[in-house]
Amino acid sequence: MQILLNGERFATDAHNLDELCVGLGFAQAKVATAVNGSFVAAAARQATHLTEADEVEIVAPRQGG
Amino acid sequence: MLELCGARFSSRMLLGTAGYSSPDVLRQAVEISGAEIVTVSLRRESARARTGQGFWALIEQLGRRVLPNTAGCHTAKEAIATAEMARELFGTNWIKLEVIANDDTLQPELFGLVEAATVLCAEGFDVLPYTTEDLSAAERLIGAGCSVLMPWAAPIGSARGLINKPALQTLRAYFPDTPLIVDAGIGTPSHAAEAMEMGYDAVLLNTAIAKAGDPVKMAEGFAKAIEAGRLAYEAGLLEPRDMAFPSTPVAGTPFFKIDHAS
Repeated sequence: MQILLNGERFATDAHNLDELCVGLGFAQAKVATAVNGSFVAAAARQATHLTEADEVEIVAPRQGG
Repeated sequence: MLELCGARFSSRMLLGTAGYSSPDVLRQAVEISGAEIVTVSLRRESARARTGQGFWALIEQLGRRVLPNTAGCHTAKEAIATAEMARELFGTNWIKLEVIANDDTLQPELFGLVEAATVLCAEGFDVLPYTTEDLSAAERLIGAGCSVLMPWAAPIGSARGLINKPALQTLRAYFPDTPLIVDAGIGTPSHAAEAMEMGYDAVLLNTAIAKAGDPVKMAEGFAKAIEAGRLAYEAGLLEPRDMAFPSTPVAGTPFFKIDHAS
């Protein structure tokens, strides 16, 4: 399955958002997520199924003004 | 004391965390500035670099309240989703709401800003909106539930200072009980002092300090200027006048004679 991960094409077999995050090594990381432009809370990642061409954002704290 | 969204602060400087030459310079600048609120953002995290994880460790060490922003968002929808991610990530209801109209000027897109503020206030956020000096936008933002307004002085990073001072004075007069923070466009400590002398409650800075030759020294300079400006406002400023007025007593001046010629 091809998705768009942080703006780039990405091949994954993850069935849901939680599997994707764990597979990327973010299980314990300080990250937040969105799918197709909408926020997905950490508690809802497992129930968020991924489908072809989904647009996933995984973000973390960064410097800001 | 500065009161924002039910919290009290002794410092009237909010400091951005971007653009410093090193994490240590950032840490020193925050410490010497006395700032109790630092702004942060969220960005895409690479599984390989994991940049955000190290930055978060630094922020935790600073021990300051964080004010996440929605920098770079061009629509209300993007800003709302970013704010929701920020709330979970940083564990705070506070959000510096930015909806940007134009990448060249980085000016606030006021219609999207009001739309996003309305949704986020209803979701329980404490929204600190980055706005212009426009009075009607300010009224709409307060109507949406914002208890603080953050008008720009000038475009972000421009260092031009208070380019529309009369309008900022009008905003101050129009909203005497709303905390007003000048956000963006401040270049020098004198700009910050000027805003504080006008009765603004605080100043939000980043580039002017981060990109100074010596950011730590500049942070100290800004801290002193902000304190000086606030003291001057509280003390009450002398009104400018057209003609000279002697400060030394006139009565008893030696050799004084009444000039009958005039």
